[in-house]
Amino acid sequence: MHELSLMESALRIATEHAGSAGATRILSVTLRVGALSGVVPEALQFAFDVLREGTAAAGAELHIQHEPVRARCGCSPGDVFETAGSVCVCPRCSAPTADILSGREMDLVSMEVETP
Amino acid sequence: MSPVTVRTISIEEAVHGKNLAVAQENRARFGNAGVLAANLLSSPGAGKTALLEATLRDTHADMPGAVIVGDLQTDNDAQRLGRWGATAIQVTTGDICHLDAGMVQRAMAELDLASLSVVYLENVGNLVCPTSFDLGESLRVALMSVTEGEDKPLKYPGAFKWADLILVTKIDLADAVGFDRDAALSNLKRVSPAARILEVSSRSGAGMEQWYETLRGRLPARERKP
Repeated sequence: MHELSLMESALRIATEHAGSAGATRILSVTLRVGALSGVVPEALQFAFDVLREGTAAAGAELHIQHEPVRARCGCSPGDVFETAGSVCVCPRCSAPTADILSGREMDLVSMEVETP
Repeated sequence: MSPVTVRTISIEEAVHGKNLAVAQENRARFGNAGVLAANLLSSPGAGKTALLEATLRDTHADMPGAVIVGDLQTDNDAQRLGRWGATAIQVTTGDICHLDAGMVQRAMAELDLASLSVVYLENVGNLVCPTSFDLGESLRVALMSVTEGEDKPLKYPGAFKWADLILVTKIDLADAVGFDRDAALSNLKRVSPAARILEVSSRSGAGMEQWYETLRGRLPARERKP
């Protein structure tokens, strides 16, 4: 359940931004989660539900944007392909590739807040 | 009641940002001291502590090492490792299933980096959670023992995917447990095509010299005083 630690960080970032924006309440939080980020969306939701209580985000909604893996293969270095799985196999030559461009990210994208 | 305004704030910040910043500080500190920091990941019981016991015993003369070891409870591992004269700092993580960069930073303050060649970061035995946390290492090592089953890398890809080096451990037991070596290596290469794979046994010593050579090859250049 490292999702708890990660959600703790996400909520800390969110409440800091809410504070500097003078917001009184956070209504929703949007995260971008890559397919290789190593987190389970259901566990993130659970962590969010537990940790939001008693913060400016109490009652807020969590939105998760799922990002595929983007990778390249030596057989055609100019081509970028997308894959969902953790074994990143080139669709042209079927070789697994280690040249992964993105898919590990877990970013706080945006949030909706109420300001007086 | 005064009216409230609802608005969207764009943030675009990595959730790992704070851990990564501390990890970069750690990496710089290790690098400046000429110390190789190796993060060891595996499931519980894959042989991390036994590997380090043998490594500290065999390399203390030319490659003095220290260990920062994470476990949920007890300092048993630190006691085992301390037997070889090396400093072993136990981080008891409580309910936390991984080491993070801050834990390593606090522990490394207790080490005399100038006297060391390698700091081994023995992560909490867990193939899932530790993979998300950069500790400031320059070498990530994943262990898989022959007793775990050949499909372990496919079931828990994250631990192996980002490893620079993969150690297949306990190979002295391979025959006894009917280990399918070809299948295991093929699965590891599918998940982690760029990682170097070594087969070792801490008990028999098989393959251990190659592991030590790999460590020696990764030691950062150190400015030695004349």
